[in-house]
Amino acid sequence: MGIYLDNNATTRVDPAVVAEMLPFFTEHYGNPSSMHGYGAAVGGKIEWARGEVQKLLGAAFDTEIVFTSGGTESDSTAILSALKAYPKRREIVTSVVEHPAILSLCDFLESKEGYKIHRIPVDGKGNLDLEKYEEALSENVAVVSIMWANNETGTIFPVELLAGMAKKVGALFHTDAVQAVGKLPMNLANSNIDMLSLSGHKLHAPKGIGALYIKRGVRYRPMMRGGHQERGRRAGTENAPAIVGLGKACEMAREAMAVELTQVAALRDRLEKALVEAIPNCFVTGNPANRLPNTANVAFEFIEGEAILLLLNEEGIAASSGSACTSGSLEPSHVMRAMGVPYTAAHGATRFSLSRDTTAEEIDTVIRVMPGIIERLRKLSPYWTNQGAPAGFQPVYS
Amino acid sequence: MWNYSDKLKEHFFNPKNAGVLEEANAVGEVGSISCGDALRLMLKVEPETQVIQDARFQTFGCGSAIASSSALTEMIIGKTVDEALTVTNKDIADFLEGLPPEKMHCSVMGAEALRAAIANYRGEEWVDDHEEGELICKCFGVDAAMIERAVEVNALTTLEQVTNYTKAGASCKTCHEKIEDLLETLLAKQGKTLEPVAAKEPAAAVVGLDEIAPLAAKPAAPVKKLSNVQRMQIVMAALDEMRPYLKKDGGDVELIDIDGKNIYVRLSGACSGCQMASVTIEGIQTKLVEKLGELVRVIPHTMMAAE
Ligand SMILES: Cc1ncc(COP(=O)(O)O)c(C=O)c1O
Ligand code: FES
Repeated sequence: MGIYLDNNATTRVDPAVVAEMLPFFTEHYGNPSSMHGYGAAVGGKIEWARGEVQKLLGAAFDTEIVFTSGGTESDSTAILSALKAYPKRREIVTSVVEHPAILSLCDFLESKEGYKIHRIPVDGKGNLDLEKYEEALSENVAVVSIMWANNETGTIFPVELLAGMAKKVGALFHTDAVQAVGKLPMNLANSNIDMLSLSGHKLHAPKGIGALYIKRGVRYRPMMRGGHQERGRRAGTENAPAIVGLGKACEMAREAMAVELTQVAALRDRLEKALVEAIPNCFVTGNPANRLPNTANVAFEFIEGEAILLLLNEEGIAASSGSACTSGSLEPSHVMRAMGVPYTAAHGATRFSLSRDTTAEEIDTVIRVMPGIIERLRKLSPYWTNQGAPAGFQPVYS
Repeated sequence: MWNYSDKLKEHFFNPKNAGVLEEANAVGEVGSISCGDALRLMLKVEPETQVIQDARFQTFGCGSAIASSSALTEMIIGKTVDEALTVTNKDIADFLEGLPPEKMHCSVMGAEALRAAIANYRGEEWVDDHEEGELICKCFGVDAAMIERAVEVNALTTLEQVTNYTKAGASCKTCHEKIEDLLETLLAKQGKTLEPVAAKEPAAAVVGLDEIAPLAAKPAAPVKKLSNVQRMQIVMAALDEMRPYLKKDGGDVELIDIDGKNIYVRLSGACSGCQMASVTIEGIQTKLVEKLGELVRVIPHTMMAAE
């Protein structure tokens, strides 16, 4: 079996989740809106799933949960809803390190719809510039959208604090918590967060299912209009099997939270420490003191990430990279650039994202093969000499 | 995950001629660490015979960059300098049994490093005039920089023109939004705006329908039927108009026959046989329908019914 360390990209659907879903393909296939027994069985289970999502988020009411097709749809729905709900407010505050689900939408709203977008910068460790954030807030802002945790570095933003600040100017606060849900404890009932996006496939549920949390009383305008499903907030026949899967995955995540915070974090720390010790000219990116428990992002200087991934793949190890080449674009990851990670290292940034399924043996294998891979590629690199880093080279980032 | 060919993988996992060539008398360096690709090519050229006796490379870059470098050295060792100069980026890509469209620039980097190294050997100056931008059209590997140049040099103002000049957008058409966005930005710089496309372009089919049920007020449509000679003249003139575009790509077009609604043409040079052929045919057909004001079919002569 391969070693899968790309859980921030997607996770394995837990077999218990699959088992929970199967009857909703084969036996309980009715439309929950239908007036017969086939439909009734499904409707009840969907409400059970809603309750499980509610519990994982610590939300006050189950009606605050709307099922969607995933993180991207939840993000779009939240932002567009806020703009429609507050048409006089023509500004949006977000950060430079958001997922494209937010950034591309904001680019579009800016260039085509004339909204003003404030993109708050981060420091070298990926922490948000709170002064700039405060400056950007005003009564012109319809919605603030700041992610709970970053998908590349795992760095956590102080969303509760940020939400409180947004509230003072009457702006709605949305958070893309796709990477945080299931990895960090949450208590939305006692929170200023108005809307939150989550995605099933990041927490061992299937792809193509997610949810948007909308605090009771928050003005909301649906993106998809049609049938009365989800109380008119998201029309379209429910993806019942996937919703059931998401419910089960949330139940399991709640039970596994302690494992995530201790065992997974310990393995991640072990991996990081060993790599930095064994390999010259590499460093951990993001804020080591305030991160998701499962994410390690190590930048290796003078080599390119895709080449690293291809060699890792030969060893049966799956990871990911912020290099330009893996995305098919010319720029390395916008997150690395935003943190000021120099080009010499940004192209070699490699992300290992663990899950509760990751074992100590797997981590030890990575620790064993990684130095050889890096050395092999550095030998090919025109920027590397036998003596190590080129003479006179001063790392900008340390 | 990229769909890399076995040949490419072989050259990535076991690159040939990697490392420093101490006795090099020609060195070419292209790319930079900031764009994520850099290649240093070192050659040892025998001065008497001008034969490249040895070649080595050092590359910072992705799998295809490393494989392209390795392939390049294999392709040029044993060739004279002049022979080596005939190697194009496409040859490198072909040698590797193809590269994904997003990765074609890796082969371009190889071809440029070669030219830089040979210029260095000859004591000439080599300027890196290569810029690249975001890949806009995957089907034809056209990036933003290419479109920008075409728009500036030829004062293009519409999506259709961009397609005619660069091919971008001529096949699956999924890149049209990106092209229009780019065009809008470029035109804005010149103080112009992108004309919104007419609600629905008068499609060829509409002309055909009109023949069945002519509308009362039909401004542009031909009032009376054209004679055969008139039709031929119009077709010839239209083909002449398109010829410069085709020649730019090393191709040409020739009128073979007009048989009622069927117009037979011969594509030659780079146009024939390439994946562009059907696109080119489609382009010619659109043009002819527009000029003739009637629905016609353009057919490659190879598909003419055998006599
Ligand atoms: C932070 C973040 N937001 C949004 C998404 C998109 O979620 P989905 O793939 O469910 O649309 C992802 C995952 O790719 C993510 O990491
Ligand atoms: S991507 Fe441009 S035509 Fe297909």
